[in-house]
Order: sequence, then C-alpha cells, then structure tokens
Amino acid sequence: MRAQRASMQNVSLGAHYVVHMPQPDDFAYWRERARALIQCDVPPDRVSWVEPGGTGDLFAEGGPPRRTRRLPSPGKDAREVRVPRRFLRLARNAILHSDQTRFAQLYLLLWKLQSNPRIMEDKADPNVRRIEELDKSVRRDSHKMHAFVRFREVRDESGADHYVAWFEPDHHIVRANAGFFMRRFANMNWSILTPRGCLHWDGTTMRESGPARREDAPQGDPVEELWKSYYSSIFNPARLKVGAMLAEMPKKYWKNMPEAKLIPDLIAGAQAREAGMVAAGAREAKERPATLDAIAAGVSACRDCPIAECGKRGVMGEGAETAPLMIVGEQPGDQEDLQGRPFVGPAGQLLDEYLAQVGIDRNAAYVTNAVKHFKYVQRGKRRIHQSPTAKEIDTCRWWLEAEREVVKPRIVLALGASAARGLLGKTVSVSRARGTPIPLEGGAELWVTAHPSYLLRLDGEARETQAELFARDLTSVKARLDALPA
Amino acid sequence: MSLRDRLEILADAAKYDASCASSGTAKKNSLGGKGIGSTEGMGICHAYAPDGRCISLLKILLTNHCIFDCHYCINRKSSNVRRARFTPQEVADLTLNFYKRNYIEGLFLSSGIIKSSNHTMEQLVECARILRDEYDFRGYIHLKTIPEADPELIHQAGLYADRVSINVELPTRKGLTRLAPDKDETQIEGAMGKTKARIIEAKDERKRFKHAPRFAPAGQSTQMIVGADDANDADIVGRASGLYKGFGLRRVYYSAFSPIPDASAVLPLKRPPLMREHRLYQSDWLMRFYGYAPQEVAQATDKNGNLPLDIDPKLAWALKFRDQFPLDVNRASKEQLLRVPGLGTVAVQRILRARRHRTLRLDDVAKLTQSIAKVRPFLVALDWRPTTLTDRADLRSLLAPKEEQLELF
Repeated sequence: MRAQRASMQNVSLGAHYVVHMPQPDDFAYWRERARALIQCDVPPDRVSWVEPGGTGDLFAEGGPPRRTRRLPSPGKDAREVRVPRRFLRLARNAILHSDQTRFAQLYLLLWKLQSNPRIMEDKADPNVRRIEELDKSVRRDSHKMHAFVRFREVRDESGADHYVAWFEPDHHIVRANAGFFMRRFANMNWSILTPRGCLHWDGTTMRESGPARREDAPQGDPVEELWKSYYSSIFNPARLKVGAMLAEMPKKYWKNMPEAKLIPDLIAGAQAREAGMVAAGAREAKERPATLDAIAAGVSACRDCPIAECGKRGVMGEGAETAPLMIVGEQPGDQEDLQGRPFVGPAGQLLDEYLAQVGIDRNAAYVTNAVKHFKYVQRGKRRIHQSPTAKEIDTCRWWLEAEREVVKPRIVLALGASAARGLLGKTVSVSRARGTPIPLEGGAELWVTAHPSYLLRLDGEARETQAELFARDLTSVKARLDALPA
Repeated sequence: MSLRDRLEILADAAKYDASCASSGTAKKNSLGGKGIGSTEGMGICHAYAPDGRCISLLKILLTNHCIFDCHYCINRKSSNVRRARFTPQEVADLTLNFYKRNYIEGLFLSSGIIKSSNHTMEQLVECARILRDEYDFRGYIHLKTIPEADPELIHQAGLYADRVSINVELPTRKGLTRLAPDKDETQIEGAMGKTKARIIEAKDERKRFKHAPRFAPAGQSTQMIVGADDANDADIVGRASGLYKGFGLRRVYYSAFSPIPDASAVLPLKRPPLMREHRLYQSDWLMRFYGYAPQEVAQATDKNGNLPLDIDPKLAWALKFRDQFPLDVNRASKEQLLRVPGLGTVAVQRILRARRHRTLRLDDVAKLTQSIAKVRPFLVALDWRPTTLTDRADLRSLLAPKEEQLELF
C-alpha cells in the first residue's frame, strides 16, 4: 500500500498520457514506458500509444500538436512489476504487428496481469486471445519471409557479387529477422529491400536504411530460369492439390516469386500431362484374360510394342490346357511365324529330338514363347532373326503370365536367357542358373537351360559339350516330372 | 545436353521420392565460416508446387542411368526414358546457386546405380564433400544411400549429411523379390542396422567429446511404395512399426504408386487411391504421437486388412471399440483423451490445462477443439452426456464426411 501511495504522488488525477513510439517495432522502449506507467497505476484507458506516422492519439488529430503531459516517473521505492515468461515472449513478437492498437492491447493485458497473474492460461479472455492472434500472424509473416524472400544477383561497382531481394511483409518484422538472414548468409553481400525499411549486410556489419520501392530492386537473374525448370519438373501432375498449395503459399506472395508465374499453366496442363502418363501405362487398366482362347485373341490384337508390326501374326502357345510342364522359348522364328505354331522350325525339331531322347512327351506339355511376335530384319528374300530387347520381353510378360495362370504348370522349363527373363523379370545368366530349380510365384519351379538354336549355331567340340549339358538339364526336368505327386 | 535439359530430366526422375523434409537436424549457421548456410531446427518450405507438396530441398538424381531393373521405377534399366547425368561438381554448384537466392534449404541427392553400387555411392559422397569441405556449406543435406555399397562409404555419407535414408521400397519380402529383383531385404536391413549403430555411437561420443564428428544428426528415414504389390494396410503398418522400433527411424514415408510413363507389365491393374497414402500417414501419426500399438491400428482395418478410405483410422477404431466411450472430459487420462476422434494432441493439451481451472462444460470444450460435432458423441462434460448417440447403429454415417451432391451442369 505504501509503495502504491508513493507512486501515486507522481500521477495527476484524471490526466491522460500519450506515449510516442520512436519505432513501430521498439519493444524495449514500450517495455520501459509500460513498466513506469504500471508502477504509477495509470489505467489503460488513460494512456494513448502513437506509432511514428500513426494516428493512435485521438486528441492529436488535426490542429497543432497538443503539448503532451510528461510521463509520470515512479519513485525509487516503486514495486517490481512481474509477468509470466509467456507474456514476454508473446509481447516481443506481437508488438511487430501492423495493428495500430497493439501497444494499447498489450498494455491492457499487462494491467490485467497485475491483478490476475494467471490470466494467460485463460483462453476465453478476449484480450489474451487477441494478443495470441497477433503473435501468431507475426510468426507466420516472419516464417513466410524466411521462405519467400528471393535474392537476385547483381555486380556492384567494385565487381563483387551482391544479392538483392524485394519483399513485402505484412508487419514490422524486417529488423527482427535480420539475425536469421545474417546467420544464414554470413559470407555473402546481401540487401533485403522492403516498403518498411531495408537491411544491408556486407559480411561484417548490418546496416539499415529507410523504405524502398520495388523499382529499386534488380529485375531478373539468369539462374531463375533454372529454378523455374526445376519447379515445373518436380511437380507431379498426377496429384493436383491446388487448395493445399494456396493454404501455404497465398496469392499475395506470388508477385515476388519467379516460379509463381508458372503456376496457372502447370495447373492447366496437369490433366493433359496426367492423361499422357496414364496412356503410356494404359496396360495396367486392362483385365488379364482368363482363358487360352481369350489370350490368343489378345495376343493377335496386341500392339503394345514395335515388334507387333513385324511378322505375319502373333504366335500363341499350344498344348495341354492343364499340363504339368510348360516349355518357354524366346520368340517365334521364320517357320513358326508362317505356320502360326511354336517350335516347328529347325530349333523346334532339335528340341523334339532331345525331348524324345529323355522321354518327355511334347504333347503332354504346354509349349510357348516369351515374346509372341517374330522380330527380324529383311535381307534379300530372307528374314533374319533379331533378339528381343528386355523392354519387349517385359511388355510381353503380361501374356506369358496370363498363360501361366491358366495352365498352372508345376514345372516351367525356360529355354535361353530371354525366356528366363520373361519368367523372372530380371536377366539371369544361363550358365549360372542352369541345373538348380528356381521357385516361381504360385509354387511352380523354374528350370533354366540353353535355347536349342544355340546348339545349332555351334560346331565340333563346343557343340558336344553344350549338347551334353542340354540333355542333362532335360533329364533333370524329366526326373522332377516323374517325382511329382499325381 | 544443356544443364537446364539435364536438370529437367533428373528433377522429373526424382519427383517420386516423397520426402522433402529439412527439419530436426543440429543447429548450425555460417557465422565464422567461409561459406553460407544455416539450419535452425524448424524446416522451411520455400515454395509449394500445385500438387500441394512443399519444395524445401533441391531434390534431384545424380543420374537416372541404372543397372537395376525394379519394375515400379521409371528409371529401371529396361525403361525407355531419356537419360542424363550430372557430375558431383555440377550438383554442388547448382545447390549453392539456388541456396544463395534463398530458393532452397539444401540438397536431397539420390541416384540410379551406375557401374557399381560402390562407384555410385562414391559419387554421392563426393558431391556432399565438395559442398561441405570446399564450399563450407552449412545448409541441409540428405543423401540417399545404397544398401549394397561398402559400409565405409555409407559411413562417410553420414558424416557429411544431415540425414541419410535407405528405401525399403516394398512392404513385403515377396513384393521386393517380384518387383525389385536386384534388391535384397537382408542387405537393406543390414545397412539400416549399421547406420542406426553409427548414429547412436556418434551421439554418445558427442556427449563425452565436444568436437566429436556428428553423424547424420537428423537421423535416418525410409520410403515404401504403396499399392504396387498386394500387401494390405495391416502389413504395411506392421512393417513400418517394425522399422521404427528396429532401426530408430525418424520417418517412414509412403508413396502411393503413381502411374509412371513406360510402366512395366507386371505392375498391378489399378493404381491405389491417393487417400490410401493419406490414411497410412494418419495411422503412422497414431503410432508415433497418440500411443496406439500397431496391432491396435490393425484392429481398425476391414476384413481385407485395409483401412477404411471414407473415415480416418482413429474414428474407425473408436467405432469398433465403442465400449471405451464416452469418456469424461474432466476425469479421463491424457492417454484416453488422445483416443477420442477429433481431439488432436494440441486440443488434449489445452483440455488438460483448462480443467485445472474449472470443470469443463461442452461449451468450454468447443472453444478448445476444432469441431465439437465430431467429438461430442465420445465425451461426457459437466452439462453433456451423449446417452443415445454412442449406441446408435448409424453413428458411422453421422460422423463420416458427407459425399458432396454434384450440381447439374
């Protein structure tokens, strides 16, 4: 009580005080004055706060500037003013807001805190909520400044690189964020120009200057073209979410961001780009046929890869519909293409010989190819076989898998590396893969061996060695077939 | 090919990587150094693309040439995309040029496998080395590491990078063998385990020696492709929780399999709805911040093991276990309140704080939460008791977001 009485001595009853803020963001100044006023028990309705160029002082409007009453100064024995740490944190930030009533709002809250020190916890108090809103929008503005400032490079008179940005903040946040840019670009010469004042850093000292205009900033930078290319390439047109973008990057920021000029076109073109992507992968939308006849029809109509335009027809597999053994070759050859049946040419005849030799009945097996069309180049009258590419095998794998789903073989014999790829989806070396079964999805086992046409191309000793290996592989398959439970 | 053409190809190829986070790393700045760059804890999104995703890092591949043949990947060996490559020096310069203009927080570098895993990893590390050692760059670096590479190279990557990641790619071993025949689960997990050990070791060393080198201060993360194989949501959630536990991952990212040009024929018939990815992230949050066990998330799935698409997993769980509700908002524990659909971690925190001052009425709760309509059926307040609501058979339809009636056009 005594302290209060002491402070009251310096206050004129019924007087009105005006505080002129030297800077719109000067927290230390506000804090000093507010502390003194609280110590002198000046109620909020008797103080006006005026920011530079502002109209916070209702009495000062129009007419000559009124002589303002000197602010009361608290006595030496004035009581201490205490506030929760959270108030200080909020006030420091909220004072940067462009709302002209912010100083008065803060003073009102400071006043209320004196009688109710826990008022900050009361989210229902309109004053507390208002200060929290101010704090929040200032924090957001600062965050957007960190994110959306865009520097442009210029050469200054001394020939050194200088990076200059133009930014339009909503609040008085420029000075408060100088530290962020200094710590980030410590060894760079940069300036941030804004309508609320500018910052200049030369690598050692920070300098401030008055408001700037947009024309003061440089107009372009070659690196922007690269950045725009990056921006439009990293965007995935298959997942357009314009609302999510606008929530975080409102249109008001767009005019100072080089990449934002691309947005309308990117959105407009997205559907077309996505349609293109889907069309390129259109295969995925098709249902897999469930009968051999449907597969045969699909194969002859298939134009999913360039080979389909070669040859006379697509050559479908043939054999028992529920065969325990499936034999897969590479692709139809000249004879196969003409006759429309797999393994009828020279390689087919050789295969038949070997099958008979080890005792496998070809008619009880299902015989097909990894690629269904004949790929060749015309040399005079002859059509010369060309190996299919991995891509072509993978495209045709669709049909091979469909056949395998229908026939459900227990054992699959892949003749050559192309056939193995068609079944495994990856390239394996025949010499390494042969001799041991590889489990396939769905429980079947895969045996890999050479293609009979390989034997046809060899001579002498090499042919004998390979023929022996080939026969041994077929014998193993035969043994596995016999061992299958009925 | 010009730098710009290559940037287009290699950024386009990188857009299927979901992560662009730059948060949670050690604080550093460029004061007292020779270069530029800072990380101050919070990540910054420098731009947003029209797909709603944040652009925080320069996310590119060093090259999209690849000797691997993973079917879901646009850069697989057998794909017909245009190929390009950068040198480590070019990527370092590009990163610095973008950083100086405040376009980005740093670099997220990944690569197709060229020549060998070791060679590729060396190139990635070289790029990070140029940035850190030659340019004294102190911004954020995320390096994708290649599990097949020499552990010593992965170790170096961790010394330069803020975050390292190794993609598990697919939630099941079966899916991996089928769609990524050149990759191996054991190898991937082995590399993750080693990285985890190194991160723990480095943290421990820093406690004892002030100048011990940091190792991936932002931890490690991984990515899983959703919808390319037949794994259901329960499988995926189980796998993710195993990864969080086993390898101390900071994040598991989900990437909905999206139609890629030149797709391989063994891929699924349909692409998954984008919502599925969102529901998985929600369940991820439930496990990380809301105290749900993976089995509990699995309880929210339907008979096929998938999370419902029309309602979020938390609501789905609450509707299945109605006997747990309603909860008294004035007495329930924090753990219990976190299970109320519509109450987030912030709202729960506010409720706990507010109820120290007064006994809450429904109106008070309304002030503290986003939507009172959503939480009301599950709560008891001083003046509110949802007697009939929780027992209604049509509660789900009351709470699920309404389908919008389309206008005639």
